[in-house]
Formats: sequence, C-alpha cells, structure tokens
Amino acid sequence: MFRNQYDTDVTTWSPAGRLFQVEYAMEAMKQGSAAIGLRSKTHVVLGCVNKANSELSSHQKKIFKVDDHIGLAIAGLTADGRVLSRYMRNECINYNFTYESPLPVGRLVVQLADKAQVCTQRSWKRPYGVGLLVAGLDESGAHLYYNCPSGNYFEYQAFAIGSRSQAAKTYLERRFENFTDSSRDDLVKDAITAIRETLQGETLKSSICTIAVVGVGEPFHILDQGTVQQIIDTFEIAAEQEGPAAEPDAATGRDTAAEQGTAADQGGSTDEGVAPMDI
Amino acid sequence: MVKQQANWSPYDNNGGSCVAIAGADYCVIAADTRMSTGYNILTREYSKICKLADKCVMASSGFQADVKALQKQLAARHLIYQHQHNKQMSCPAMAQLLSNTLYYKRFFPYYSFNVLGGLDNEGKGCVFTYDAVGSYEKVGYSSQGSGSTLITPFLDNQLKSPSPLLLPVQDAVTPLVEAEAIDLVKTVFASASERDIYTGDKIEIVVVNATGIRREYMELRKD
Repeated sequence: MFRNQYDTDVTTWSPAGRLFQVEYAMEAMKQGSAAIGLRSKTHVVLGCVNKANSELSSHQKKIFKVDDHIGLAIAGLTADGRVLSRYMRNECINYNFTYESPLPVGRLVVQLADKAQVCTQRSWKRPYGVGLLVAGLDESGAHLYYNCPSGNYFEYQAFAIGSRSQAAKTYLERRFENFTDSSRDDLVKDAITAIRETLQGETLKSSICTIAVVGVGEPFHILDQGTVQQIIDTFEIAAEQEGPAAEPDAATGRDTAAEQGTAADQGGSTDEGVAPMDI
Repeated sequence: MVKQQANWSPYDNNGGSCVAIAGADYCVIAADTRMSTGYNILTREYSKICKLADKCVMASSGFQADVKALQKQLAARHLIYQHQHNKQMSCPAMAQLLSNTLYYKRFFPYYSFNVLGGLDNEGKGCVFTYDAVGSYEKVGYSSQGSGSTLITPFLDNQLKSPSPLLLPVQDAVTPLVEAEAIDLVKTVFASASERDIYTGDKIEIVVVNATGIRREYMELRKD
C-alpha cells in the first residue's frame, strides 16, 4: 500500500524499514534467464540458460572469465554484469601485478559487495540490476558466492538465480550433500540437469545452455558446445541432435576461445528432424 | 662554484646482450644469462627473455629492475586485451604496445633496450628493435645491449638486411634456415663474450615457429 510513496529514491526508507529500489533491483535480477552454480571440494561448475531475443539474434553472454581461477555467471541486466566483470578483471590483474599471486575469491567478492552497497546509499546512483554467481578457486579451496544488488553476498554449496530458478534450486537442494565429493564430470552432469529443470519441458540442447568449469589444475574456461552436447546425449534424455552444419573447430578448449556468439548462430536452425532418443 | 651533480642514480646497468633474427617462418631470439653490476657478477643464470604472447617474445638488456617492471606491465595489458578481444595479441600489435608503454615514461624512461621477436599474422618471422623511449622499427635482425657494438657489424656482414628505403621493397627476413640462424647466433655470442666483459656464462636461445616456442641453451666463457 505504501510502496509507491517510498520507492522513488534509493535513499528513501519505507516505514517498514525497507529500501524498495533495492528490492526492485532484485526483481530485475529475477527477470533474467537462469544461472546456476555448484561446487565440490576441488571444482566449481557454472551453468546458464541462453535466451536470445529472437531467432535472428545471438544470445547474450552471461558467463565471464575473470581470471584463471575465477569466473562468474550473471542473471539480470547483462550490461551491468559486463561492467562488474570488467571491474573484477581489473582488480585481479592489479592484485596479481602487486603480489604476484592470484586474488583470493573471498576478497574479490567483498570488494564487489562493497561496490554494490555504494549504489544503495547515493541518491544519484541506482543499484546494479544483476545477480552474480562467482565461482573461484584459491588456497582455501573451491568457492561459490552469490552477490546480489543489495550488496549482500553469501557463500553456497549450490545455488540458482534468475527466472524459474526455483525448479533448479529444488533439484540442487535434494542433491547438494553429494556435491562435496563429486567428481568433476558428475558435477557437470548435475549442472546440466539443474539447467534442464529450469527449462520445464523445453528440450535440452547445447545451443541453449552454457557451462563453465574451474578446478584444481583446470583454469576457468567455458566448455565448447560439442562437449556439452556429448554430455547431454549420455543422459538418455530426449534431446535433438545438433545439425551436421556445426563446425568442429568450436572444440579448442582454450580459455580465450569458444565464442558463444558463433555457437548460437548454429543453434538458430533448430528442429533438424532427427529422431529424439527414447528415455 | 660548480653545479652540484647527483650523488645517487635511479638507474644501474646490469649489462648483457640480446639478439633476434627473423626468418621466413621462424624467429630466433637470444640473450646471454649474465647479470652484472659494475665489475661484479650478480648471477650467471638470469633470463632476459620474456614470453609476452603465444607468438611474441621479448629480450631486454639494461637495468633489469626496469625490465622486470616493463615485462609485468605488458603482461597485464595483454591480459586485458585477451579479455576484451578473446584472442592473443599479434606480434605487430605487441610491438606498438611496447612502443607506447616506453614513450609513456618519456621523462623517466625504462632503462631497457629491447628486441621483440615473433611471428606476424601470416606466420612470417618479424623482429622489432627499440630504443629506451619507444622509437621502433621492423627489421630483419637486431642486437641490443653491451655487446651490440660487437655483434651488429657481424650480423650486417652475414645477413645484410636491405634498407626499407630502397625500392622495390625487399623482404627483411633472412633467407637462412632455422638451424643456420641458430648457429649464427651461437657464433655471434661466442665472439662477443671474448671481448665484452658483460656478456658470457650462457646463452638462452628461444625459437618461435609454427609449432610453438622452444628454448635451448649454450655455455659461454665464464670469465
């Protein structure tokens, strides 16, 4: 009832002690397509659903590499996410330059949270409209953090954000106790399954999801479409095979390769007419 | 009343020599591994060569503290480039970046005499040679450092790179094969270490070609 009076300014409290602008920013995050993350003792896997505006366009990049040992997945205003990932990359480079060692994930996440908090206490700014799942590895092990527009951050064993993320969260809640000792491949399978939950009926194919992994001895990188499709196929889930037009060069497996834009162009031609596999 | 001179210098010269030779499909970059100060040797096993990108290697002699700072700067800038462009920097791009980075400190220069070597976008060998403030040029071969006055005339005699001012424009790369170029480098350093007190101990030779980057060493005079 009182919402409309107190929601114009981020620096105005409501009588109930809430900052509505911040909460609206969280809403923006919930509108974005889903992103999930889960971790074991040695690996962290991020996954996201690629939503393209139309058949003609490529999908937005939602997973960013920040450093060899840190990456993130975003949900919400992608532009805000891009700006934050640029900030994080800068921080990692500067820390590495000064200390010749990788920036501990926990430190970066706190810096990020403080940056977000500033936007909740300045009348000329607005909160970032993006939730981030930060996956990283440092001396204290594998970590998954969730940063929200309010400036809060939490560490998770597994989490999902964005639209229809509740379905993924339910799946993860059931399974998370096993994650700590999971193997890397099982973790990836769980990530893909969690993404499938958010699709709710839509067929799962590698063109609509992106998976990234970071782990001990494995720098952060995005898995190429071919690899992801192979894993999907092993599920014995009803899945349509990718068209034969897909070029094999996508399988470079290097950190700087796998430009998802090209992959989405191939995925644009769906319904190749190949028979789906039976469960 | 004589003008007061500085009694402390921010610079020191750690000596050493660097050489680079560009071939049709390879590039050889070499430097000795001796680090000195004054008439003393600080260490016999210091690398003056730094890999900046997949196909781009830099050798620098001069003040090694400045060299190290320069290398770190370039590495950080390269990382930013990779984040933004999703690929490695090409050798010519890195060459320009190095020039700009050096000129940025025009009024408190990096005391670093660099040669940059690698493969360009077409896979041809290229060598870029610099002065301390960033003036650079693409050449077929180059030498910098304390032994350069002894090495350059010999390379001129063996390789005789055509002037880029003459027409028709001739290729700067040497017709030598990779193995011959490496041999030439070894000969050249062996000669330089005879007369230059700051060059010696060991040569580190880095070869960049289509298959990647490889490294080899050769012993030199220890005196």
